[in-house]
Amino acid sequence: MNCTKCKTKAVIGLPRHNAAFCKGCFNGFVHDQVARAIKSEWMFGKEAKILVAVSGGKDSLALWDILLKLGYKADALYVNLGIGAYSEQSHAKVTKFTETVAAAHGATLHIHTVEQEAGAGIKELAQLIHRPTCSTCGTIKRYQFNRVAIEQQYDVMATGHNLDDEAARLLGNVLHWQEEYLDKQGPSLPASVAGFAKKVKPLFRLSERELAAYAVLNRIDYIVEECPMAKGSKMIQYKEVLNRLETESPGTKQTFYWGFLDKQSKKQPTATTMAEKDRAVLHPCTSCSQPTTAEVCSYCKMMARAKTVAPH
Amino acid sequence: MQVQLSHPSRTVEVKGPKKVKDLLRELNLVVEAHLVIKGDDLVTEDEMLYEGDQIEVRPVISGG
Repeated sequence: MNCTKCKTKAVIGLPRHNAAFCKGCFNGFVHDQVARAIKSEWMFGKEAKILVAVSGGKDSLALWDILLKLGYKADALYVNLGIGAYSEQSHAKVTKFTETVAAAHGATLHIHTVEQEAGAGIKELAQLIHRPTCSTCGTIKRYQFNRVAIEQQYDVMATGHNLDDEAARLLGNVLHWQEEYLDKQGPSLPASVAGFAKKVKPLFRLSERELAAYAVLNRIDYIVEECPMAKGSKMIQYKEVLNRLETESPGTKQTFYWGFLDKQSKKQPTATTMAEKDRAVLHPCTSCSQPTTAEVCSYCKMMARAKTVAPH
Repeated sequence: MQVQLSHPSRTVEVKGPKKVKDLLRELNLVVEAHLVIKGDDLVTEDEMLYEGDQIEVRPVISGG
């Protein structure tokens, strides 16, 4: 198989684009897809101060790498969840990337350690407050990324969600008719109220396989092991189903998710609608001031409960 | 040839020569969810793999 562009030996075939690329042309393709995503969704300008949410996985490290190579000012935040050896390994991967790649671009890594603040790792914390681990993890990560973005005055927060993540989430929302979540499925969510950072997903045009290939080809050392808490999750099941469809019918995932985005954009200016809805229901948490629909936000409630029931 | 697999981490012996796409089919793995790495190099589905090659089949799905 030869590269569609330069005719040298290809390293990856992309059936959904009816193309194959060598390393150089593939890197060009990936960078171009991210640049198109940023421009088409009005994510941020060339001078923006960006905070990338990194986990040690392929997507977030690839995103940080791509943004730095495209010339953006991108720092990162890593949340150490305290999941034993898994967190130790992922932390080490992020530190290595920072030292070997990001530092040369003048980028900084922020670190938040759950155990230091909550007195326990994510698994123990979830048990203490009787909530599923993945839900507790989501609440903590969303809260901490937003907190750092606001406190350190970043213009925008970028996450490594890719085409597979978004297509799987859309499938889950449609299967359960969770229409209220559909407004927030876009790749660019505005800072709808004071206290909320703008959130963007610059990788939404790239598949999980393409991002893994980018990481391998560019020697990005990421954590291949799956999070032990995510085993058997619904999201993984949806991804497996979509990948079987994609293999039989290339382009299925992008047709599904991009088609949804196209319909949403034609429906109404989604961003305005979402911002209006947010402004109507959100106000500052009485404890920490981050926006919430309740008097006290779910993060503060969770921390308060953990402190009440934690063994002394 | 030795084929390294993940989730869980293990090595299996597969008889070569064989194309990448046939290796994945034999292992009952979906192309869209995996990368195949020969030595240090990423290879396409039509690449021929031979006895003695060090192969890693790396899953790409992540996230909960």
